[in-house]
Amino acid sequence: MELSSGGISTDKRQISSLIRVFCAQIPLLSWLLGALVAVALEHFIGRDFARTLGMRKEPMLFGFVIMLKKPMLMHSALIYFVVIYLLPIIVIARLSAASVNRLAAKLLDYPLMLSGLIHLGLLYAILHWWSEPSLYRAEVLKQTMIAVLLTLSLNLINGYMGEFSCSHPGFMALGAYASSVFTVGLFTDDKLFGAALLPQWLGPFFFPIALIFGGLIAAIGALAVAIPSFRTRGDYLAIISLAFMFIVKSLIENLEFVGGPRGLGNQPDWANRPVVFVTVVIGIWIINNFVRSTFGKALNAVRDNEMAADAMTVNTRQTKITAFLFAAFWAGVAGGLFAHILRYVNPGTFGIQKLAEVLAMVYFGGLNSVYGSIVGACSIRLLSEMLMPLALFKWIIIPLLLILVMIYRPTGLIAFKEFDVKKLIQPRKKLN
Amino acid sequence: MSLLQIDKMTHYFGGLRAVFNYGLDINPGQIRGLIGPNGAGKTTIFNLITGIYQPTEGLISLEGNKLNGRSPHEIASMGIGRTFQNMLLWRHMTVLEHVKMARYSKLTYGLIGAFFGTTKRHQEETESEDKAYYLLKMMGVDQFADQIVVNLPYGAQRRVEMARALAMEPKVLFLDEPTAGMNPEELVQMMDIIRKIHGEFDLAIFLIEHRMKVVMELCQRIQTLVFGEVIAEGTPQEIQNEPKVIDAYLGKELVE
Repeated sequence: MELSSGGISTDKRQISSLIRVFCAQIPLLSWLLGALVAVALEHFIGRDFARTLGMRKEPMLFGFVIMLKKPMLMHSALIYFVVIYLLPIIVIARLSAASVNRLAAKLLDYPLMLSGLIHLGLLYAILHWWSEPSLYRAEVLKQTMIAVLLTLSLNLINGYMGEFSCSHPGFMALGAYASSVFTVGLFTDDKLFGAALLPQWLGPFFFPIALIFGGLIAAIGALAVAIPSFRTRGDYLAIISLAFMFIVKSLIENLEFVGGPRGLGNQPDWANRPVVFVTVVIGIWIINNFVRSTFGKALNAVRDNEMAADAMTVNTRQTKITAFLFAAFWAGVAGGLFAHILRYVNPGTFGIQKLAEVLAMVYFGGLNSVYGSIVGACSIRLLSEMLMPLALFKWIIIPLLLILVMIYRPTGLIAFKEFDVKKLIQPRKKLN
Repeated sequence: MSLLQIDKMTHYFGGLRAVFNYGLDINPGQIRGLIGPNGAGKTTIFNLITGIYQPTEGLISLEGNKLNGRSPHEIASMGIGRTFQNMLLWRHMTVLEHVKMARYSKLTYGLIGAFFGTTKRHQEETESEDKAYYLLKMMGVDQFADQIVVNLPYGAQRRVEMARALAMEPKVLFLDEPTAGMNPEELVQMMDIIRKIHGEFDLAIFLIEHRMKVVMELCQRIQTLVFGEVIAEGTPQEIQNEPKVIDAYLGKELVE
């Protein structure tokens, strides 16, 4: 027994080290190229291929939903996944690695912005093609991107500053309602707000302003949590922030001019895929800039030891207030996008359920890390879509996963890791 | 003119008198010592001067500017650096980040720079990184720069804490038991470091210490504190021979 189990574990180690060696020599650009080929393949032959395998159309979320709905089709979903996604990505990434490495090395001579934009352009092309075939995918994609922004903004407080804040759905609600009132009031004929004040064609130019307005309102609301944070920490602040969330919710329920509990609808359809993508990318860029500066690192100093931070000239009050306002701003922007995707908001959306979802994303992905927020938001969001056929069991499986992560990696999957764009896109050298 | 001046400082914790009628004058470039039995109020005096507590009575001033009523970070950026008795380090941060953080008040790029990564930010961050490396090299811990601070050996952590305090470019450095928990060899190294930074930056240093060897060799003047009151003040020689100090703190054997 002893021997065989030892043998298996060395096998496993060998396989994982093989994978590591394989990944270590492939630059990000190659992976993107591989993914691009995969989505192009799906775009051109996906449907026919799926039909020959006996499925009605291509599986929406990598075959998971089909596997759960019709277990008989499991093998075809698997074959589809391997042939359309897995194989092209691996093959293209491996084949192009050498030449792309040279290209990536050349790109390093140009400003970082340029190669960053090239990578983002490729990423956008992939997402575009992937979400093209169905509205459902497009919707999931947009929701996921917003979840990333929201998770990252919560991570600023719960991860970087180490306070347990429960007020994020409240900030999101403030942002969603403020930007909705802005756009609905100015640009649409609405029962609640009367006729449009400005012509429709001006709208898309005003949408960024609407989002910023929503963010600012959320930031002002955040003062109600930031000021108590000077004197309280830990559990007490958590309770204050939870109270804030409920106050915002019942405030909106009782405000007739935004529709009360019936909600507010009729938002113009401006939050399309590119707008959401660009907003989220800008959000990640600014947040990442902030947390890597000394002012952002001050959040960590306040978290790890406030007295020492104070003695080392860090203005702790200013740091706390900046963190809360900044995080709330981005939560508000995420809320604004959310409202314009669904084109309807009601106060019930921003309750305890939303809070649980965002907290799960933050703690699953990893504290104090941009990677963690991206991974956490994507995986929880996609999981909850993929496990949809299981209905109620979804709410058993996801928390179970969360518990497992908490046991084996108490700070989350990718915690305390700096998101360095330069490191991410640099060429990879061959090991050996 | 004296650099740091404290006049008739008294502090009560509720009904307990922790510090009574404490006075101090530190001149530029001077090394002063504060000794006394446990619980005498030495660290309380540090905390009062650095603004963690507010004195019930008395006046504290640095270069003629009043420090009473200011918050700790203001006092720190006016020029009082300190280390802590039990080493308050930030456990998730690297050594380099520790030292850079202490330059917080020297940065002028503001939030705009922090959000958008301006060239001014880049310049200032590089500059403070260079300064941080210089200090780490001086302390002999630059090889740990990218490590998380809790992974360092104890003596190295003490040095990081000192480098961090120096990065603020203080005028007076407060050292709260800098050699606590060190073996005789590390103790000698720490004394060398204190002499070195004193010479290099022409700092005034105010230190609390229990090891007589350190105090007697380094300090120009020493105060002895018992139950919050200074019972004796003078040069190391005078303190060593003062009967009150021998009675209350040193004990008979040391003198014999």
